[in-house]
Amino acid sequence: MGVVFKPFESMTPEDYAALGLRSGLEIHQQLRTRRKLFCRCPAGRYSGEYDAEILRHMRPTLSEMGEYDGTALMEKKTRKNIYYRIHHDTVCTYEFDDTPPFFVDEEALDIALEIALLLRLNMVSELHIARKQYLDGSIPTGFQRTTIVGVDGWIPYQDRKIRIIQLGLEEDACREVSDVGHDRVYLTDRLGMPLVETVTYPDMRTPQEVAEVAQVLRRLTRSTGRVRTGYGAAREDVNVSITGGTRIEIKGVPQIWRIPRLVYNEARRQYSLLALREELKGRGITPETLQATHQDVTRVVAKVRYEPIQQALAAGQRVRCTVLKGCAGLLGWETQEHTSFVKELSDRVRVIACLTRLPNIVHSDSATEALAARDWQMLRKRTQAEPNDALVLVWGSEADAHCACEEIILRVREATQGIPSDTRQALEDGTNGFERVLPGAQRMYPDTDLPPMAVPEERVERVRRQLPPFVWDTEAALRRLGLPEDVVIPLCLSPRRKLFDRLVNELKTDPVLAGVVLIQRFKAWRRAGLRPERLGDEEVYEVFKAYREGRLGRQGIVWVLARMLQAPETDADAAGRSAHALADLPSEPVGAKEVRARVEAAVAAVGTAPFASRARQHRYLMGRLMRGFGGAVNGMELARVLEEHLERATALEGQARAR
Amino acid sequence: MATGNDRFKGYRGVGKAVLERFDVGVWSDVQIESTKGSFRGLILPRSETSDDQHIVLKLASGYNVGLAAQSITSMTERGRREANYRIPEKEFPRDAKKPNVILLGTGGTIASRLDYRTGAVIPAFSPGELYGSVPELAEICNLRTEKLFGVFSENMGPVQYIALAKRIGEAIAEGVDGVVIGHGTDTMHHTAAILSFMVQDSPVPIVMVGSQRSSDRPSSDAAINLCSAVKAAAEGEIAEVMVCMFGPTSDQYCLLHRGTRVRKMHSSYRSTFRTIGDVPLAMISREHITPLRHDYRRRRSDRHVKVNTAFEEKVTILYYYPNMHPDLVDAIVEKGYRGIIIAGTGLGHLNRPLYPAIERAAKKGVHMYMTVQTLWGYVQMYVYETGREIMGLGVVPAANMLPEVAYVKLCWALGQTDDPEEVKRIMLTPVCDEITEREPYNGYLIYQGAIPEVQDFLRKIKR
Repeated sequence: MGVVFKPFESMTPEDYAALGLRSGLEIHQQLRTRRKLFCRCPAGRYSGEYDAEILRHMRPTLSEMGEYDGTALMEKKTRKNIYYRIHHDTVCTYEFDDTPPFFVDEEALDIALEIALLLRLNMVSELHIARKQYLDGSIPTGFQRTTIVGVDGWIPYQDRKIRIIQLGLEEDACREVSDVGHDRVYLTDRLGMPLVETVTYPDMRTPQEVAEVAQVLRRLTRSTGRVRTGYGAAREDVNVSITGGTRIEIKGVPQIWRIPRLVYNEARRQYSLLALREELKGRGITPETLQATHQDVTRVVAKVRYEPIQQALAAGQRVRCTVLKGCAGLLGWETQEHTSFVKELSDRVRVIACLTRLPNIVHSDSATEALAARDWQMLRKRTQAEPNDALVLVWGSEADAHCACEEIILRVREATQGIPSDTRQALEDGTNGFERVLPGAQRMYPDTDLPPMAVPEERVERVRRQLPPFVWDTEAALRRLGLPEDVVIPLCLSPRRKLFDRLVNELKTDPVLAGVVLIQRFKAWRRAGLRPERLGDEEVYEVFKAYREGRLGRQGIVWVLARMLQAPETDADAAGRSAHALADLPSEPVGAKEVRARVEAAVAAVGTAPFASRARQHRYLMGRLMRGFGGAVNGMELARVLEEHLERATALEGQARAR
Repeated sequence: MATGNDRFKGYRGVGKAVLERFDVGVWSDVQIESTKGSFRGLILPRSETSDDQHIVLKLASGYNVGLAAQSITSMTERGRREANYRIPEKEFPRDAKKPNVILLGTGGTIASRLDYRTGAVIPAFSPGELYGSVPELAEICNLRTEKLFGVFSENMGPVQYIALAKRIGEAIAEGVDGVVIGHGTDTMHHTAAILSFMVQDSPVPIVMVGSQRSSDRPSSDAAINLCSAVKAAAEGEIAEVMVCMFGPTSDQYCLLHRGTRVRKMHSSYRSTFRTIGDVPLAMISREHITPLRHDYRRRRSDRHVKVNTAFEEKVTILYYYPNMHPDLVDAIVEKGYRGIIIAGTGLGHLNRPLYPAIERAAKKGVHMYMTVQTLWGYVQMYVYETGREIMGLGVVPAANMLPEVAYVKLCWALGQTDDPEEVKRIMLTPVCDEITEREPYNGYLIYQGAIPEVQDFLRKIKR
C-alpha cells in the first residue's frame, strides 16, 4: 500500500522540481596534522587493539539559551552503557575527559584558514570554542569541541553559485564497534582528530547535483595537499527536504557515489509520509483523535509458534501489544524502495528501547504468516481491538517493552503530523534508517575550558599569500598542458602537486612526463605493493634533475626511482638514498660514441645466440644495455642505435649467407 | 530595555564604543556589515577577562564567533532575544517514609551554570533546580537545601569553617537524618579535616561532595557523586565526617573516604580523591553501600554532638626542600606565627643549616610538628641522627598525619590552648584516624602502567 513513485532511474530534473527537492551538504574532512586538535596525541594512528576499557553514562544538560535539546532527551531515554576502548599510543587523559583541553593545534588552524579562504568565507576574527552535544557517547565528554572559522561563502557550480553557510574546525568522534541492547562500544583512536566541516545551503536541486557538488568540495579541500585521504577521512552528511516536508539529515555517507540514491529515497520517503498523513486524516485520525493503547500480553501469546517470541518467553521477557485504532493496513505503507512504514516503528524500538535484536516487532498487517491468523484473533479479542485496528507486538524486559510501545505510539502520532525531524543513517542499499532525533541549535554551549582566541589579520594574510589556486582553475590549466584526464584530477589533489610545478617550471620537464610518472607510475608501484610515499619530494626532484642534465634517460627516471623504492626500509635517510641511487650515474651525459661502442660490444657478447625473433633479441639487449648504463641514457635513443646496429648486422649476415 | 552597564555587559573600550555608536546592546539581534563581510546574529555579553577588541555574536546555527570591533562599518538591530539560563525547577516531592537530608551549599560545581561575566561556570543551587537536573534524588530522601556561601573552594577559610560547623550542629539538633555539604573540590580535604575536629561524635553521617566535571557537561560526575553522597547521608550506617567522590575512572561507584585521611591527588581526574595510608570506608553504587571496613562510628538515634569551633589562624605549612635557608623560618616567627607544620623529606628530615632557626623558633614558643612530604608512611625520627637532632630542637613528630590535616588540627588545637603539653596532647590524640596505629599492606597502592600484570588488570577490569 502507498503512493505511486517513479523508480530512481526514471526520475528527471523536472520531477525533482515538482517535488520541490532541496538538498545541502555537510562535508567532514580530516586534516593532515601531526597532532590531534586539543591534545598532543599523535594524529592518524589507527588500531583496533586496546589496553583498557572504561565505562561512562551521559546525562542531558541545558544549552546556553537555557533549553534542553531533543536529541539529548532521546539519548537519556535509551539508558546506554558506553564502553570506550583505549590504546596507550593513541589516547591520553584528554580524550576521555579527565584532563582539560590544550590550546587548538596551530597547524590545524592554518589548514582550516586556508580552506576557509578558498571557500571565500567571511573570516571570523576571534574563535569561540563551542561544545556541540552528542549524547550517543561517540565523544566521552558528551560534546564535540568545535569552532567557526568563517561564514557565508560560495563555490562555482555549472553556471551558478552554491552558497556555503560556514566552515567549522572540530575534533573527530569515536569509531563505533558495536551497539547491542543497552551496551555500546567505541574505539577511541580516531577521537580528537582535527577535521573541518563545510556546510552548504540547500542549493542543490537533484540527487546528481548533490554528488557533483560533493566532488567539487572534496577536490577543493584536497587541493591544499594538507588533508587526509583514505576510507573514512572524508564523510558526507546530506540534508534533504521537499515541499511540505522537513529537513532530514542523512549521516555519515562514506562514498560520494552513494549520495544520489540516498537523496532519491529520502525525497520519496517524505513524499510518501505526507501522503500517509492525508490517508490518516481521511480516516479521521489526527494528532488529537489518535487512539492507541498498549498492554502486557505475555500470557496470551504463551502458545504462539513464532520463534522470536518463544525465545523471549524462554528468557523470561515480557510481550506487549500496542493497538493502533483505525490504522489497519497502514503499517505496510511503502516509504522507500523495498521499505515500508513499519520500518520506522522498528527503528525507533531498536534505537530508543534498545531492542536491537531483529526482528524486534511483529504486526497484524504483515503479509508473512509469522503469527497464525488465529493468534491475531486471540490477541484482538484480548485487547478488544476491532478489525480496522492495527496491532504491534514487542518483546523485551519489562522496562524496554514498555518504552518500545510508547515509542511506537509516539511515531504514529508524528505520522499524523508529518515528518519528524530525524538524523538518519545511510544504509548500503540506498535507503536510510532512523538514527536519532535531529539536534537543534539548543545543543550548542560555549566551552568554558578555553578562552576565545583572536585570529589576527596578519595570520589570515599570511595564509592568503600562500593560498593554492582554485582547484577548478588548476584543472583547466593542467588540461591545457595536454595532460590526460586520468592524470589531471589525481594530480590536482595530489600532495605531489607542488613538486610537479617545480619539475615543470624549474627543470622544464615535459608536463606529460612529470604527470605520468608522479601519478600513473606511482599508482602502479602502490598496486605492486611498493610504498612510493617513502620517496621525499627532494629525492624525486634530484632524479628529474639528473634527467634534465642528460645524465639519465627518460626510462632511466622510472628505473632509478624503482631502485630507490626497492631499497630496504631501514636504509639511510632520504638524501642518502637518492645520493646512493644516483651515485652510479656518470657525471656527464653519455656521448653518442660511447653508446655506439657499448651497443656493439653487447651485440658481440651475445653473439648469434638463437632468438625466436628480432623483437625478442632487441628487448633482451635493451634490458641488458639499460642495466649497464644504469638508466643514464635516453631509452628511445638507445633503442634507435641498437635497432640500427641489429639491422646492419642482419644485413651483413644475409649477405654472408647469400654468398 | 536594559540600560547602562547592563546593556553592554562585559564590553569596554573599543567594543563598547562600537555598540554605543550603532545604538545596539547585548541581546540585540543584529545585521552587521564589516570590512570582512556581513554577519547576522545575537550580541552576547562579553567576559570581563577578555580583550576589548571584539564583539561576540551568536549565529543562527548556535555557534558563537568574535568579530573585530574595528572592522565593523554598520550594525542594525533586527530584534532582541535574551537568554534565560535556568535549570527547570520542579518542586522536590516529599515522602514521610523517606529520611530527611539537608544539603548545605558552600559553592562548587555540583550544579552550575554559565557566568557571562567571567566566561566560566558558576554554581546554581536550590532543591527545585537539583530535582530538575537530578530527579533520582527524590527516590532516596526528602531533601532540603541551604546556601551558606557561594565561594569557590580556594576561598574557604576559618569564617566559613566555623559557620559550617555551627550550622551542622544545629541541623543535627533539628533532627535531620544526614548532612550533605556541597563543596568545591580543590580544598575539600582541608574542610573535611577541620570539620572532623570541630564536629565530633555526630549521630548522623556528614558527607562532603563535589564534582570534577561541572554539571553543565553530559559527562559530568556531579549527578553520580551527589546521588551517592545523598544515599550515604540518608541510608548509610557510617556516622562520621566523610568525603564522597568518584571512585574508579569509569562511571561505576563512588568511594566514601574518612575526612582526615583523604586527599585530592590529581588536578583534573574524576577519581582524584584517594584515601592515603589506609583503605576507604565504603563503596557506593546506585543500589548498595558496601562497607570496606568495620571500625567506623555507627549511626545513632540520639541528637548529641560535640561542636568545638576553636581556630587559630597564625599557623603555616613549611614544605621543606634542599637548600632551604634559615631566614625563611625566622621570617615566619617574626610575622607572629604560632605554629608550623613541617613537611619534611623522607622519614621527617631537614638540613642542618636550618637548626639554629628552628631552635630560635622553639625558644619563641612556636609549636612545631613534623609530617612527611611523601604523604604515605610515618614520621620516624629515630632512624637517623638528623631526626633525633631535630626532635632535640623541639619539633614533635606527628606520626602519619597528612600535612594538611596536621595544619588544620594545629589551628584547632592552638585555638584552644597555648600550653605546649596540652597542644601536644591534642595533636597526638587521634580524633578520627588522622593518626592510625597501623598501616595496612593495601593502604599504599599506586600501580605503575606498562607492567604486564598491571596492564592485564586494566584490560580485564574497568577501573
